[in-house]
Amino acid sequence: MTVPKSLDIKVLGDSAIIIQLGEGIHPSIHQQVKNLSYLLEEYPFDGFIESVPAYNSLAVYYSPYVVHQSKNGFQLDGTPLEKVTDYIQTLAAQISELPVTEGRLVEIPVLYGGEFGPDLHIVAETHGMTIEEVIEIHTTPEYLVYMIGFAPGFPFLGGLDERIATPRKLTPRTSIPPGSVGIAGKQTGVYPLETPGGWQIIGRTPTDLFMPDMSPPSLLQSGDKIKFCPMTQEEYDAQKKVKTCQ
Amino acid sequence: MSVNVLNAGLLTTVQDIGRTGSQKFGVLVSGAMDSYSMRIANLLVGNAEREGVLEITLFGTKLQFEEDTLIAITGGDLQTTIDGIPVANWRPVLVKKGAVLKFGFAIEGCRAYLAIAGGLDIPVVMDSKSTYMVAGIGGFKGRALQQNDQLSFGKMTESNEKVFKLIEREGTPDWAVPHHPLISLESTQTVRIIEGTEYKHFDEASKQLLVHEPYVVTPQSNRMGLRLEGQALSLTEKIEMLSEGVTFGTIQLPPNGKPIILMADRQTAGGYPKIGQVITADLGSLSQVKPNAKLYFKLITHAEAERELIAKEELINQIKIGIQHKLHY
Repeated sequence: MTVPKSLDIKVLGDSAIIIQLGEGIHPSIHQQVKNLSYLLEEYPFDGFIESVPAYNSLAVYYSPYVVHQSKNGFQLDGTPLEKVTDYIQTLAAQISELPVTEGRLVEIPVLYGGEFGPDLHIVAETHGMTIEEVIEIHTTPEYLVYMIGFAPGFPFLGGLDERIATPRKLTPRTSIPPGSVGIAGKQTGVYPLETPGGWQIIGRTPTDLFMPDMSPPSLLQSGDKIKFCPMTQEEYDAQKKVKTCQ
Repeated sequence: MSVNVLNAGLLTTVQDIGRTGSQKFGVLVSGAMDSYSMRIANLLVGNAEREGVLEITLFGTKLQFEEDTLIAITGGDLQTTIDGIPVANWRPVLVKKGAVLKFGFAIEGCRAYLAIAGGLDIPVVMDSKSTYMVAGIGGFKGRALQQNDQLSFGKMTESNEKVFKLIEREGTPDWAVPHHPLISLESTQTVRIIEGTEYKHFDEASKQLLVHEPYVVTPQSNRMGLRLEGQALSLTEKIEMLSEGVTFGTIQLPPNGKPIILMADRQTAGGYPKIGQVITADLGSLSQVKPNAKLYFKLITHAEAERELIAKEELINQIKIGIQHKLHY
């Protein structure tokens, strides 16, 4: 794995920065995001609050006042921003020392079509396919979870087969039930909570993606992989509380 | 020990310093819109600075106390009364058993904060008591207060007791925390910003408009964001954006060119270009603007923004010492 020579740091106000680790959506860039996030969690600086991974960047939130007061672990006597960026540069130099890690593989069973997937036929018609072909193509890849955002537990996934990429609905639905699996352009994902949305809904999973009483509260994390698998109505009803495909 | 909600008002929620540490799971930070007022309210009753308080919006909240209770009200001036008698803000106040605390209409600012000695007795979810309304977690049953809710508060600590006894003995103090250096309650405000992450992609005319033209806070504004009306801003050319972190005070531009300032209940990530970022030191004042308020933006440097923030934290330390001093003598 290559080390970014000099980190591209964007200032997000006086209490956060965004570290850009490359351009575009690639698993190798995301591996660096994940590694830097891991290093910061393991070796936080005084005043570090949290880091939030995205496709090719990591947002780092901190308290400038705590950084200002602290002498711990900072080589510089500069402004809070200078101290934090210097610390992160030093930490980032160790990215190459970390092994490439494989995220967990989480299987998500989906009841495709019918009342739970009202737009499945639209996706099929758009591409001149049968419904079975769409399901086959959607359940083949292992999707990489690049980030969780938009709603609690909502995964931004990479890896959708372009053959089933479908534009958003012209008029968004005012309410999409939790567990709905959808396609929007080249993205696919699952809605953990009831929200409005314009995605083409192709199915629903009984698996909970957001569990506020659990730690962590999100089933998925940045860096995980997920695989969708089809299930029947009977299995859906029976497995509403079971989190596996079997 | 509890307080009964006779009238919930427009929007009353439990808020603390915010739910940090779970943004990577898509969980919003939430927290008090004006955290300076929230922190001072807690300090005035002897609570920990980050304890949960009630955030009362614009008007209409009416509460009845079941016990003698020590409270403090800070933030906007909502013409608060206890059994019809005006209450002084920014100082500790004793409320007698059965008394009715009523918030009228906001004559200055937009949000009042009510701290209760002993704190609010509600479960901590992911390290915070803040209400996360969309997910239905935190706060009082994950929602805004409603009529007939009964909100319990915690047992008083030694430091609460100290304030309680003093106020019981001497009555409402004749001193108050000077809030002007911390927050502004003016209806027209100048808010200081620094350049946003995509600032350089905006055309020169837009950069000029941003700092010379007023922007009006529309009634569609809420805890998630302030939607502004004014001259539309534009990029020199369309840029490819991927979702990435955003924060409190981020000024983002959706395709219609009308700025939105992200506030306490912002999403964890956004994909719109960011022209500016309100400095942390001015977020309390910004949170006090009412719908239809006029905002002017002033561009300053990052180093100045840091200095302002540090100065305000030091001021809070002085206030903390000042309050302790008042209570000991």
